[in-house]
Amino acid sequence: MKIPIMKLKGILLTSIPEELTDEDAITFQGDLLHQVNRYEARGVVLDISSLQIVDSFMARVINETANMVGLLGAEIILCGMNPSVAMTLVEMGRELINVKTALNVEQGFEIILALIQDEDMKGVS
Amino acid sequence: MSHVIIDINTQKDIITARQNARDMAKDMGFKLADQTRLATAISELTRNVIQYAVKGQCRISDDSDDTHKRVKVEVEDYGPGIPDIEKAMTYGYSTGRGLGAGLPGSKSLVHEFHIESKPGYTKITVSMKKKR
Repeated sequence: MKIPIMKLKGILLTSIPEELTDEDAITFQGDLLHQVNRYEARGVVLDISSLQIVDSFMARVINETANMVGLLGAEIILCGMNPSVAMTLVEMGRELINVKTALNVEQGFEIILALIQDEDMKGVS
Repeated sequence: MSHVIIDINTQKDIITARQNARDMAKDMGFKLADQTRLATAISELTRNVIQYAVKGQCRISDDSDDTHKRVKVEVEDYGPGIPDIEKAMTYGYSTGRGLGAGLPGSKSLVHEFHIESKPGYTKITVSMKKKR
């Protein structure tokens, strides 16, 4: 399964589809990293609003992906988590997901844009 | 009482099993949060089957009685078994590549949780219940 990754103002925008096998999730992780590298993306907006279930495997993939994107030097934000997924993840214990989050794609996009602008400002001064 | 049996042989079967569990919980009138909790627990348990035992079976049934609605899920496999159940139930402990959140995490999501394991056979029974 090929998950579309779009580019908008130097930011990659992608949405994880509902029923992803473990293998598809790992493939997606690799694809996203390659795209960040290829397009020299400054940020990634990762939408998970289609996910009805996030188990510890998917949580790990999301966390690892965020860490990897960070290592490449881009910002990442996770958007659109379903309320029942948030409840489940917290109840499962510890912090399974430790990533910057936003309520939805629109807010996530704004936050990433602001982060990138902040970095540019620092670069100037 | 109605039930479904799903063979667990591939990663796709994990998805089929958790969807069936969610559908059964939904049909029985459980709220979305409980449907998600149960489906997530089943996702963890059936992934363990693929990871550690290669193949197994998942049986989802309506186990309601006069006082309670109950959806029961039994996940069994003929893999190596869990050598130390107490350790396996400890958060952060894993013999595989996982986070060690699977078993203790699933236990915290459901109302009833029972493990039976010996070399060559493991059966984990979980259920979600609510008053009628």
